[in-house]
Amino acid sequence: MSRGYFEEFGGRFVPETLMPALDELEEVYLELKDDPKFINQLKSLLADYSGRPTSLYYAEQLTKHYGGAKIYLKREDLNHTGAHKINNTLGQILLAKKMGKKRIIAETGAGQHGVATATVAARFNLDCEIYMGAEDIERQALNVYKMEMLGAEVIPVTSGTQTLKDATNEAIRDWVTNVEDTHYIIGSVVGPHPYPEMVRDFQRIIGDETKRQIKEKEGRLPDYILACVGGGSNAMGIFYPFVEDKEVKLVGIEASGKGIDSGQHAATLTAGRVGVLHGSKSYLLQDDGGQIIPAYSISAGLDYPGVGPEHSYLKTIERVDYQSATDMEAVAAFKLLSEKEGIIPALESSHALSYLEKLAPELDQDQIIVVNLSGRGDKDINNFKKIREAEKDE
Amino acid sequence: MNKITAQFENKNPLVTYISGGDPSLEMTEKLIYKLQAEGVDIIELGIPFSDPLADGPVIQEASQRALKAGTTLKKLIAKVNQIQDQVEVPLVLMGYYNSVLNYGEKEFARDISEAGISGVIIPDLPVDEKAELSEHLADYGISQIMLVTPNTSDQRLKEITAKSSGFLYCVAHLGTTGDDKQGVYPGLENYLQRVRKTAGDLPLGLGFGIDGPEKVKKIIDYPDGIIIGSALIKAIQTGNTEAEMLDNAGEFVSNIKQAMIEEN
Repeated sequence: MSRGYFEEFGGRFVPETLMPALDELEEVYLELKDDPKFINQLKSLLADYSGRPTSLYYAEQLTKHYGGAKIYLKREDLNHTGAHKINNTLGQILLAKKMGKKRIIAETGAGQHGVATATVAARFNLDCEIYMGAEDIERQALNVYKMEMLGAEVIPVTSGTQTLKDATNEAIRDWVTNVEDTHYIIGSVVGPHPYPEMVRDFQRIIGDETKRQIKEKEGRLPDYILACVGGGSNAMGIFYPFVEDKEVKLVGIEASGKGIDSGQHAATLTAGRVGVLHGSKSYLLQDDGGQIIPAYSISAGLDYPGVGPEHSYLKTIERVDYQSATDMEAVAAFKLLSEKEGIIPALESSHALSYLEKLAPELDQDQIIVVNLSGRGDKDINNFKKIREAEKDE
Repeated sequence: MNKITAQFENKNPLVTYISGGDPSLEMTEKLIYKLQAEGVDIIELGIPFSDPLADGPVIQEASQRALKAGTTLKKLIAKVNQIQDQVEVPLVLMGYYNSVLNYGEKEFARDISEAGISGVIIPDLPVDEKAELSEHLADYGISQIMLVTPNTSDQRLKEITAKSSGFLYCVAHLGTTGDDKQGVYPGLENYLQRVRKTAGDLPLGLGFGIDGPEKVKKIIDYPDGIIIGSALIKAIQTGNTEAEMLDNAGEFVSNIKQAMIEEN
């Protein structure tokens, strides 16, 4: 069995209690991955339950606005539950059923992964508990109601910074305690092996579809693909099928919050150092003594001090260019897409959109940019309302 | 024979855990003296970490108090170095891999060796991860105490016991530190028998959820030594002053020792 490394990044840095569960998960995953019955079951769920393929939409108005490259949006926001997260939770719930697990746990930041997990747990009739930072519960109230409506229990996490990092700690502690009957659905390409690889494989459908769709529409591959990076699952999903296509430039956009210099950001690859958190070796926001520095971003889904190990690898080999966008840049992009295209994007995805401001006008009109619109922004409306009020006060 | 294994000669040692720097390194020093005076045989010092995912609430909070006081791994090692002549029992550092990685694996082994530390426990560094740390620890003659759990396979037991030195840390049940809700551990005797078959002469220490004398009496027949952390920290924390805290630590340990003797 592979040890789950992307060169020096990845691995399994977890308590011994979890090793049998990770072995079992890896074994079942490797077995099912090429099993036609599993593949068909997942395919039909993705099609009929979630509504795939999601469209690749030519954003004509946004293209006109910037006056440069043609801009396409990969509409992951059109998935059932409103984000790409369900691609992964559908895959993992089938694995959980196969392993005979009775109970599902998950961590969530923005609540999108929590909703996607609660949804599939309801559909497949498994008990479900979602760990969510108390601060995020406040920020993302709508998603909390949704999870509860779906029959999941949302457990507020009050330790540490009360955000995604701490929700992940609590989920791991729960898993250590209940490992025999519980499957932990990690929501991103993070955690111990086999999660980073497995979640990427469940998310690569985004990139596979994009490749087919852009060839149909344009007869060629795009020049750029942009995606936001927190843990990095939507980015890995759209990037992965293009990694070997060297002519396609891949840009991951992290959240630089109030600015890298302010210290209040979540730009792990831009400003972090290599370390170990939540079971894998990757870039991390940490202080001189190796303590994890709390991340900050206006978007709860990017508010994470770590990043998937494969992203660290792609950074090291310089295959992906990692940039960052501030809260204010993301908010401006959020407004712009809503106004120009009638599409309200998630604040997470707005970080990727904001990079168009720098990139699109610099390119020729026959060049093509694809932006992964990883989720829709309903959940952020309250948050946005607060920002608007704050702006008025100034 | 190394200093840790020697503590298992002709007795069942009591191993206790406190978080280094909780609530200050001065208090840690005083607690070390108190614990050894009361007959603790091996002292584990926790390296405080912001995200201790194998630990329950008691040690999480202890870790937070230590961090708030400005404790770093560097300062902790320096403190131990400074007091090493007054410490008679073996000291073991327990902490998370990121702390060691950040310090530098070789530098860590060198500096703790100079500080007179006898062993290291890293709960999130399983036997499969080929960290350089093991080689450096071996170079300096420091024991790497590995953990096994009730669900560890026989194959893994072999690999883990082959790499573990000092003793083998047998986690009593599936869970985090300080989790005592399972009461008496189901299948403990069989579990430890299975481990012993593979571990051979390597002594077995049992820990996680041992919350007081009553529990000690029920389990003392099976392992070679017992490890207590959260329950001791809880007892210390009920004190309002430093003197009370030290008294509480002393009383807790003497009650445990008493229970160990009564049953044997």
